[in-house]
Amino acid sequence: MREVAVIGCGMTKFGELWKKSLRDIFVEAALKAIDDAGVDHIESMYVGSMTPGLFVGQEHIGALMADYLGVAPIPAVRVESACCSGGMALRLGFFEIASGYSDLVLVGGVEKMTDGADVTYALASAADQDYEVYHGITFPGLYAMIAKAHMHHYGTTRKQLAAVSVKNHYNGSFNPNAQFPKEVTIDQVINATLVADPLTVLDSSPVSDGAACAILVSMDLAKKLNKPVIKILGSGAATDALALHTREDITTLKAVKDSAESAYKMAGIKPSDVSFAEVHDCFSIAEICIIEELGFVKKGQGGPFTEKGNTSLEGKIPVNPSGGLKSKGHPVGATGIAQVVEVVEQLKGNAGKRQVKNAKIGLAQNMGGSGASSVTHIFQI
Amino acid sequence: MPSPGYRREMPQRYRLEAAKCKKCGKVSFPPRLVCSGCGSREFDKTKLSDNGKIVTYTTIRVAPAQFTTQVPYSIAIVEVDNGVRITTQVVDCKPEDLEIGKKVKLVFRKLYSEGHTGIICYGYKAILI
Repeated sequence: MREVAVIGCGMTKFGELWKKSLRDIFVEAALKAIDDAGVDHIESMYVGSMTPGLFVGQEHIGALMADYLGVAPIPAVRVESACCSGGMALRLGFFEIASGYSDLVLVGGVEKMTDGADVTYALASAADQDYEVYHGITFPGLYAMIAKAHMHHYGTTRKQLAAVSVKNHYNGSFNPNAQFPKEVTIDQVINATLVADPLTVLDSSPVSDGAACAILVSMDLAKKLNKPVIKILGSGAATDALALHTREDITTLKAVKDSAESAYKMAGIKPSDVSFAEVHDCFSIAEICIIEELGFVKKGQGGPFTEKGNTSLEGKIPVNPSGGLKSKGHPVGATGIAQVVEVVEQLKGNAGKRQVKNAKIGLAQNMGGSGASSVTHIFQI
Repeated sequence: MPSPGYRREMPQRYRLEAAKCKKCGKVSFPPRLVCSGCGSREFDKTKLSDNGKIVTYTTIRVAPAQFTTQVPYSIAIVEVDNGVRITTQVVDCKPEDLEIGKKVKLVFRKLYSEGHTGIICYGYKAILI
């Protein structure tokens, strides 16, 4: 396989973008990425999006986005794996270049969620319709059941869950693209409106509009373009049972573990080599489980590890310096690529007040549903 | 959104029909065409036990459109006596009555009525015993 690099990135602000269409949001991010990379064409495009059909009634967005970006007739396809559609788009673009087929590929993600659809219903379509959703489960409900089990088995506390939101909102307060760039307190998180016990609205990532894009090139081309090069060291993806109840252990996100192990193996590194990570904190409990699966902390110890500040900007392993899904926003299809935008900013040393010191190797982990699909990428400056 | 007819008419919803692998004995609910334990494609019909215990649970406060009239409602992952786990509402009790490990029994109930036409969707729910 050939080496692949990221040479440009761009994203829209995340939030309620009511005056902008799905296509305009995507094209705005794509143009930023193209301009950042300084390239005059792209050879193909992968667009991650979970369910534009349910959110705004638009399918077939590969062709739509190619048309409005002015790059037709290049091949362009939508990639779907629920909330890790963006990360999976990156993986497909990575392999297209690694295989030698293309030299210059745009990978992106977009979602427009805040205006129109029954969001709870649309998101629940990533769970098992016949055997979970039919009985009234929701996504907050699935993660709430993971949280209850984690608290029961490992003694994780309500306060430790809240510490994830507090830390991510603090980081996000320095991110100009964040939907909610403001700090919250432990008490505010715990006493906020309950969504699915024990999770409150401040344990949950928001409903958002937004897009993010990145330009991938072969390492040979990257060198010719004379741009700062971020190398993709590893890519790993995995699946698990769609229905949470089918999994052997409710508190284990096995697909996350499997995707990370594949990525570590390809990169030839171990968890302790990672300088910082952007992870899929769709709910506070998710970040606690993920840092366990990524090997940053022993199984069951994610709560105390977070509470002691190990994942803060100054901590042992900074997690979600961008503010994560919680503060930055979670336009589901865009999230996986927005993580790449942050990793690249951090590795280049351009992250301002949220800059992680000595950022050499960054990890991005993006997952779908209650963890039935996961994709992990490792980057190096 | 209307659900496809097959979803309402699955025999396992009403008779708890499950499949027992002829090779490794693993019980699948719902029945599968390929055993998730050993990959075999040969099954015997069996019935899911209607007794079980709560593995984990929550109370839903924000629901999709078809369930909004029911909030707050409790939902749990229940492990029935032959080892199979399912997601189901736990009814006829208060949210604070649920606990991990508590015993439940599956019963036949209305789940919700659907869309403008009001088609009734039935299935199993759990009650505490």
